[in-house]
Amino acid sequence: MFGLDAFELARIQFAFTISFHIIFPAITIGLASYLAVLEGLWLKTQQAVYRDLYHFWSKIFAVNFGMGVVSGLVMAYQFGTNWSRFSDFAGSVTGPLLTYEVLTAFFLEAGFLGVMLFGWTRVGRGLHFFATVMVAIGTLLSTFWILASNSWMQTPQGHAIVDGRVIPVDWFAVVFNPSFPYRLTHMAIAAFLSTAFLVGASAAWQLLRGRDNPAVRKMLSMAMWMALFVAPIQVLVGDAHGLNTMKYQPAKIAAIEGHWENKAGEGVPLILFGWPDMQRETIRFAVEIPRLGSLILTHSLDQPIPALKDFAPRDRPNATIVFWSFRIMVGLGLLMIAVGLCSAWLRWRGRLYQSILFLRFVLAMGASGIVALLAGWFTTEVGRQPWVVYGLLRTREGVSNHGALQMSVSLIIFILVYLSVFGVGVRYLLRLIRKGPLSAETHPSGGPGQQRSPARPLSAVLEDIDDDADADIKGRNNSSDQSDESRS
Amino acid sequence: MGVDLALIWAMIIVFGIMMYVVMDGFDLGIGMLFPFVKEEAKRDVMMNTVAPVWDGNETWLVLGGACLFGAFPLAYSVVLDALSMPLLLMLIGLIFRGVAFEFRFKSKDHERHLWDKAFIGGSLTATICQGMALGAFIEGFPVVDRQYAGGPLDWITPFSIFCGLALIVAYTLLGCTWLIMKTEGSLQTQMRRLATPLAWLLLVVIGAISIWTPLAHSSIAQRWFSLPNFFWFMPVPILVLLSLVMLLRAVKIDAHVTPFLFTLLLIFLGYSGLGISLWPNIIPPSISIWQAAAPPQSQGFMLVGALFIIPFILGYTAWSYYVFRGKVTHDQGYH
Repeated sequence: MFGLDAFELARIQFAFTISFHIIFPAITIGLASYLAVLEGLWLKTQQAVYRDLYHFWSKIFAVNFGMGVVSGLVMAYQFGTNWSRFSDFAGSVTGPLLTYEVLTAFFLEAGFLGVMLFGWTRVGRGLHFFATVMVAIGTLLSTFWILASNSWMQTPQGHAIVDGRVIPVDWFAVVFNPSFPYRLTHMAIAAFLSTAFLVGASAAWQLLRGRDNPAVRKMLSMAMWMALFVAPIQVLVGDAHGLNTMKYQPAKIAAIEGHWENKAGEGVPLILFGWPDMQRETIRFAVEIPRLGSLILTHSLDQPIPALKDFAPRDRPNATIVFWSFRIMVGLGLLMIAVGLCSAWLRWRGRLYQSILFLRFVLAMGASGIVALLAGWFTTEVGRQPWVVYGLLRTREGVSNHGALQMSVSLIIFILVYLSVFGVGVRYLLRLIRKGPLSAETHPSGGPGQQRSPARPLSAVLEDIDDDADADIKGRNNSSDQSDESRS
Repeated sequence: MGVDLALIWAMIIVFGIMMYVVMDGFDLGIGMLFPFVKEEAKRDVMMNTVAPVWDGNETWLVLGGACLFGAFPLAYSVVLDALSMPLLLMLIGLIFRGVAFEFRFKSKDHERHLWDKAFIGGSLTATICQGMALGAFIEGFPVVDRQYAGGPLDWITPFSIFCGLALIVAYTLLGCTWLIMKTEGSLQTQMRRLATPLAWLLLVVIGAISIWTPLAHSSIAQRWFSLPNFFWFMPVPILVLLSLVMLLRAVKIDAHVTPFLFTLLLIFLGYSGLGISLWPNIIPPSISIWQAAAPPQSQGFMLVGALFIIPFILGYTAWSYYVFRGKVTHDQGYH
């Protein structure tokens, strides 16, 4: 297909399915923590606005969680079907880590999700809050395991190679490999920011439509505090992650910088924009700032940084992709900081909820967190090529022995099915978000073995997929037998 | 180390697959029974009989995949590589089935038939692909240098196609007897009428596979028909016949619960028969669980988590079924 060989098609298929999948868990991670904060604030302040927001976002959390489970099903099998030689080579290390991720997720589902989604009127407040907090911690634990696996593939240690395969020797060293703490922190914060910008944009949309109420304001306000404080923290974490990458994966840094060679005694410029040309071994149309590259990466004005020509052509990642995906991520990160600063200024001037221009900006930034997150993953994954386990196994050596025709067919099937199935799912999510928070939201009852059950999180949501917002509100008021009014 | 970790993990995975077959079998069967039941109201009831519990299956499916990856990476890589096409189609079928399940409840009347079709198609695709994958697994995979050495379409054989059809029969009977247990009135009557021919059909396919496999594979014939094995394994076919007789009788005397239990027993016996034929190979015809095992430090590391969490998942499952006991009628529903 398009002159691509089976190996390249397998990579595209993996990139497509994992990119689709990661969006849902990222929002799950962010929303779980957001919900824990909301419920904590509700218990502490007793302000109804926190309770209403909790109910509103817990519906979106439920649908999103369901989408994550469905899209994750494919991931558990894809390593074997398309990357069988990698699975045989590294399965002794990555397999158990993946198993722990799966076990954590199911533990969460069986233990606490039910109480969180269905227990509002049936258990005490403290216990319900505990369940929400456990779900939030559980999503982070799942992140912990899967990022341990990914980070080990980036910076492997704690293993031995016996008979041409990896054998774990020291699990502590395997899990806490050099890039793991940075990657975990960077990813968790990225999930928080993705969620914050989604929340902020939904509030901005409501305000722009003239639907102004305390819950909507609270949403915007909380999201903007996140943008103001957490976006800059993410830049610092990203910088530390970058220095760690320079130490362990210098070729990735060279590709990110689009930097081909060092000249003796000269500082390295920072190339803002340009077109890294892999064939000609140069960067075309470069716009650069002298010495800034050295300053950022070595914190000095004249130290050299890794350059692509230091590596044999077969060991170089594709700088054209990495250079740009990195800049998309950083650019969006800077825009997020700008949103945070604007919000602080407008808040100080008392116009946070009124400035049309600003609200439009926030709305436009709604998907920025998700896009930046994907761009970041593209940077780190394309940037570690040609290795699938860094320095140990080349990606091309890890692929299954399928033909290009078979890989083309399966890729097309995946694209069609994902776009249709998750298209409906995402449309449903957006419909729910568009409705906005209402006071005294209904809260369905359910639990293990009941018609609404935690392992089918979508059943926690009452709305139809195609109802328009107004009809839905009407229908709901008639059927709100399980309203939490009875408790509050 | 005195503990045979590979054996423990093989048991866990065999158990997990059994859980999957039992728990997903009847709701895939219900999907395949949909075409026989036209009325919306009855279809709603059928859906509602599985709504609280069908999720259990995906747990075991994902868990099975991940555990196989960690505990037997060689088997994971060879078997999944060889079966990548039927598994892909199975996953797609399951996705459609699962999403249809949720959105059917949330869609307007004029759109519901689309989700019904997705539910039927998804169930049928998933079942036939599972059966064909099983058939191809029994036939074995050529392995050279720790890699699958066959072609991408080797899984399509007369035997695997027969297994695909056989599994449709098995799951449909499971779904049918499940509905006898969980429903009442005309839907139950309809299912009871279907159960008898389905049970006979299941006997025919089990019999055919039992004859076909030893004829085609001398090692399997050797396993069953050499002495003293023959006497040890003889109870399996006898029990199959016995439970079929009991099943037919139970349907006849209008029992509600026992038809389902005997169907489960039949499925379990068929599964055991396959286990006897293939043991101890995890990649038939010749790679054993010990040859494909991950090193003990991997299997041991995983076992800690599994032993802690699997009982928890089992407890949760048992609790779900306990809460959900009894009949499902039209008015108590999701909507």
